[in-house]
Amino acid sequence: MSTRPEVPSATLETRPRRNGKGERAMVPEAEPRSYYDQPVIQEPVWTWEIPIYFFVGGMAGASAGLAYMAHLQGNNELSRRAWAISLAGIHVSPMLLISDLGRPARFLNMLRMFKITSPMSVGSWILATTGGAVTVSAAHAWTGVFPGLARSGRLVAALAGMPLATYTGALIGNTAVPAWHKARHFLPFVFAGGAAASAGAAAVLATPGKHAEPARRLAVIGAALEIGAAQGMEHAAGFEGEPYKKGLPGALSKLATATTAAGAGLLAKGGRRRSDRTLAKVGAGLLLAGAFTERWAIFRAGFKSASEPKYTVGPQRERIRKGESLGAARMPGNRPG
Amino acid sequence: MSSNAKLLTLDAGAWPDTYGEMAKPRMGFFTDTSICIGCKACEVACKEWNHVPEDFKGFTGKSYDNTLHLDADNWRHVAFIEQRLPAALDGDTATESLVQIAARRELEEDSGLDTLQEGEGLRWLMASDVCKHCSHAACLDVCPTGALFRTEYGTVVVQADICNGCGYCVPACPFGVLSKRKPDGRVWKCTLCYDRLRDDKEPACAQACPTNSIQYGELTELHERAEARLQEMQDAGQTSARLYGAHPDDGVGGFGAFFLLLDEPEVYGLPPDPVVTTRDLPGIWASTGAAAVALAVGIAAACIGGRR
Repeated sequence: MSTRPEVPSATLETRPRRNGKGERAMVPEAEPRSYYDQPVIQEPVWTWEIPIYFFVGGMAGASAGLAYMAHLQGNNELSRRAWAISLAGIHVSPMLLISDLGRPARFLNMLRMFKITSPMSVGSWILATTGGAVTVSAAHAWTGVFPGLARSGRLVAALAGMPLATYTGALIGNTAVPAWHKARHFLPFVFAGGAAASAGAAAVLATPGKHAEPARRLAVIGAALEIGAAQGMEHAAGFEGEPYKKGLPGALSKLATATTAAGAGLLAKGGRRRSDRTLAKVGAGLLLAGAFTERWAIFRAGFKSASEPKYTVGPQRERIRKGESLGAARMPGNRPG
Repeated sequence: MSSNAKLLTLDAGAWPDTYGEMAKPRMGFFTDTSICIGCKACEVACKEWNHVPEDFKGFTGKSYDNTLHLDADNWRHVAFIEQRLPAALDGDTATESLVQIAARRELEEDSGLDTLQEGEGLRWLMASDVCKHCSHAACLDVCPTGALFRTEYGTVVVQADICNGCGYCVPACPFGVLSKRKPDGRVWKCTLCYDRLRDDKEPACAQACPTNSIQYGELTELHERAEARLQEMQDAGQTSARLYGAHPDDGVGGFGAFFLLLDEPEVYGLPPDPVVTTRDLPGIWASTGAAAVALAVGIAAACIGGRR
């Protein structure tokens, strides 16, 4: 029985000192140093409502755009259904977000100010704007009320719906979470693709086949963008993006890609022929599942990268080593420490 | 030190312009970890004064540290690091020869006792961590309600009557300082004892610190003190001493609460190159806008494409 305390990972032996004597540089590179493997940053505190919101809110935003375009083209069968889908999503969204708040009764504080430095503040205003405009547009499409309001409402809904589908990428990209921050330029495109795919797929499920052609094409375009952007993201995120490829988030991500690809394949094939329509609906279901799974994978990958100090410390130390940054610690003479 | 002129210009975002005549000198902490004895008086004093609830009661097995990390219920955290120094290869840090180490290890194996003491190839690092009150604070930038604000002292404080517990500041902080208090639902963090400052009292942790490891004062004056201390350490042969967060050209524009460390920041659980996430926000917004346009083009193409 030994009473010697376990040597913490934070020992001088685990890694050579960068500014130390040259002879110790031959020690091989080890894991980044840490304090008892404790995370440096906090894991996000957001719960299950948030990835569901990413899915529902994205679908609502893209559906508003689809409804507007279909309306312009006189495809009222499709337009009315897309407005209804958007309406459902746009009203579920705030419920999910309010449910996630630590103090739900204070949800109106979200509109207390407008802050361009806070994607959550900007997003709250976008959601509120889209919510009002979609409600008016959908009400008019189904009952004919507010014809004057709806004329401008449709345009506002379509315009605000686009950033509603993409700002969530800015929301999580603008954090210290390594997997999210490193993927910040790709996340809005992944979410745009997922939003287009799910809006198209939902409209395919709800709309009679001969009116659903634009929705079917949108779903396929969205799926292609979603898969392409997600692949680019995993590549660009490098070491910080490892959680996108490994463990549970990695498995979810692969599942999402496979499901989305299969769904898009079925939808692309499922055309106007009656026999193909069942296939198209199965494909649409797969696309919805794929878009949702992709959001969940990205959400969980962020948690994973926050929970392990190597994803935070490793790239930061690398920046200092390469001379790209001085870092926050300085030895005398302003040398990085 | 040549960098003193730069230190004097350390700014803190909008402060102090927004306060006009009400602005006070920027106040902060200099935590000199080289004289921390790990008594945790700062942790206790902070909890007492600020009514911070108790949380974990038990032993982590990680040296004397049963707090582990700053969070909503721990606004000061004393880290304990036990370092086994390398054998005498470079002479400047090692205190034992290889023969001495071998003899001691044999004794340990025979007796089953750990005979290591401070000074015998073992080095204790202790450090009291706290909110950095960054010049460019990510928590403040991302807060959608304005609950987080910069005080007239240049410090960063959460207004408990406004915070709605959205949790955005939690993953935005590059130091992992903020978290949500469970039953309460809001986020909490060090206020640099805003209430005490307004009565010209020093923060509770600084007052309780028995060794003056935690020093409170005007930031410009603390910087001068820290530079002098760093020089003193160097002159005494402590070549591993460094200042952390004392320079306005780091990723958060310098800390309002900075440190003297004896090893790399990550050894204390601190990020070596923290960057305020909003520094990259213009690019993030550009990508978000481009993606929104791409989505609009995709929808238009899907609808118009079939008309031909």
